[in-house]
Amino acid sequence: MAQVSLEGIRKVYPNGFQAVQTTSFTIQDGEFVVLVGPSGCGKSTLLRMIAGLEEITEGTLKIGDRVVNDVDPADRDIAMVFQNYALYPHMTVRKNIGYGLKNRGNPASEIAAKVEDAAKMLNLTEYLDRKPAQLSGGQRQRVAMGRAVVRDPALFLFDEPLSNLDAKLRNQMRIEIKALQRRLGTTAVYVTHDQVEAMTMADRIIVLNAGRIEQIGTPSEIYHNPASTFVASFMGAPPMNLIRAQVEQGEVRINGYDGLMPAPASQNGPVTLGIRPEDVVLDDHGNIPFRVDILEELGAHRLLHGVVGEQPFSVMIGKDDAASTGTATLNLKPEALRLFDPETGRKL
Amino acid sequence: MAETTLETPVETHRPRRIKWGAIGDHTVLILGALLMMIPPLLALTTASHDAVTIHREGLQLTLGDNLGKNFHAAMFEKGGFTQTVDGTLMLMNSFILGIGFAVGKIIISMMAAYAIVYFRLRFATLAFWVIFTTLLLPLEVRILPSYEAIQKLGLTNTYTGLIVPLIASATGTFFFRQFFMSVPEELAEAARIDGAGPWKFFVDILVPLSRTMIAAIFIIMFVFGWNQYLWPTLITTDESFFTLVRGIKQIVLSYTDSQIPEHGQALALAIVAMIPPVAIVVFFQNWFVKGLTESDK
Ligand SMILES: Nc1ncnc2c1ncn2[C@@H]1O[C@H](COP(=O)(O)OP(=O)(O)OP(=O)(O)O)[C@@H](O)[C@H]1O
Ligand SMILES: [Mg+2]
Repeated sequence: MAQVSLEGIRKVYPNGFQAVQTTSFTIQDGEFVVLVGPSGCGKSTLLRMIAGLEEITEGTLKIGDRVVNDVDPADRDIAMVFQNYALYPHMTVRKNIGYGLKNRGNPASEIAAKVEDAAKMLNLTEYLDRKPAQLSGGQRQRVAMGRAVVRDPALFLFDEPLSNLDAKLRNQMRIEIKALQRRLGTTAVYVTHDQVEAMTMADRIIVLNAGRIEQIGTPSEIYHNPASTFVASFMGAPPMNLIRAQVEQGEVRINGYDGLMPAPASQNGPVTLGIRPEDVVLDDHGNIPFRVDILEELGAHRLLHGVVGEQPFSVMIGKDDAASTGTATLNLKPEALRLFDPETGRKL
Repeated sequence: MAETTLETPVETHRPRRIKWGAIGDHTVLILGALLMMIPPLLALTTASHDAVTIHREGLQLTLGDNLGKNFHAAMFEKGGFTQTVDGTLMLMNSFILGIGFAVGKIIISMMAAYAIVYFRLRFATLAFWVIFTTLLLPLEVRILPSYEAIQKLGLTNTYTGLIVPLIASATGTFFFRQFFMSVPEELAEAARIDGAGPWKFFVDILVPLSRTMIAAIFIIMFVFGWNQYLWPTLITTDESFFTLVRGIKQIVLSYTDSQIPEHGQALALAIVAMIPPVAIVVFFQNWFVKGLTESDK
């Protein structure tokens, strides 16, 4: 169990590509932090630097009180779960789980006991003598987890561990991993490009974009107060509506529509207006015209896609609410309005 | 394994259509196999006659009654100039050469490939291509300098001199390199985090993963080493280091001046020399095919 701190960490690959720009943050002891961002944004690079699999170009990495920049991965007291699990194909599940302990010179009886415990915790007992090839994807995933928990490390690192599973299993494993981490109280860093995973598992989310941190915050902060248009559109499904608008004397005017609303920011000039689809209400007496083009049925909700003032816009309504394509009017919840700088995308 | 099925199979006697295509295929295959079998068969039948008959009448198609005698003489009768070598000694030498050659090549080329693939060597690619271009310089091309070196080292007439100069293998290195590159990188990383150093990773993970590959290369190299002729001829003058392949000729030669060459014995030795490579291929066949076509990663 340990606190992890990154101080001015930067990564430049030997070919000159800067995969991670200077970043600093601290992960608290026992915290579950999710690194999320689109493909190629440097999530894995960051994680692999923490693991010691990738050299740190610049900056200081501490696990606990120890600076580990030059410490071998084996001595960092970490365990990692890989996307493709990286199980040793020729070893049984038992050997796979116990290999790390064996290399550290633990006595055989102790290894056996710990492996049994880990297997029990992960419901793997009956598979202990099988080879990885004889297991299903979900079971392999569990073995990879077993290999991590058996060593009781200070830090778990996960690199998209669930992306090879089908949707149902993924939901189930998501909950299991989170529960396991809670129970063991081990600090964890989890990489994913799936924002649902990030929202559901994280104590805190770090949103990365092009090697840069866009925002750090709890899932709720990230969802309700995105720091930039990038975070607003990346996190949450469906994504936040982002439309062009003008602020004039404390009032917002959506481009292409003349109605005015009180503005949450004082600055005058063009802005990007953001609002989550569920913060919009269809209202016959509403003051913003909305043309509905497509009705999307989601089960618990329905999503209406259309245009407001000639800009794409979506609205989420309950499954029982009446709706049809054609024209409608709507109201925006004023407290849910977010304004962004149209140039930089940063929150105003 | 007799699996009992619930339904008793109903015997149906449907008139079988004759598949001419299949018959044609098999005829070709059988003819081909027979053609390949003729020389060893001739060797066997001829080896069952005494030297005089063979000398007078040439190859024999029928079995004579000297088979046992010829084999016995070939294997156990001391021969050569010094009268100290017999077939068993030569057989042993052949095994030492074949196995030493194959094992040596595998160890060297695996380690070379390991270094090239897994370590951030400065000139790994260059090193690989240098190794690879040695394919263009087979032993026959560099035989004089090789001989010179071995002789200066005083290694003529030793097993070391016989084997070591042959074990550098570009082919082996190439195959292992390709194989190692196809092993997922995460496996090495997982092992690293699991506390396995470079040596442990090699022994605990890479070697077991490569076992089908090793078997395939072992077969090829064993047969190759077993059949070596030129190098052993150069490097060993002491008859106690003679291999079978070389000894066959020796038997024939050593008698020529005085009497009729013992062709029967020579052919018997030839057959003995053929058996181990065949046996190894048959025995490892499964692994061989696996090694070349699949790998369980
Ligand atoms: N060894 C390398 N040399 C040069 N550039 C690299 C190297 N590895 C990764 N990169 C680049 O660094 C960037 C970040 O890579 P990284 O693997 O961290 O992305 P990621 O966020 O994990 O993406 P994904 O979700 O697809 O796994 C990418 O643009 C990638 O092309
Ligand atoms: Mg990645």
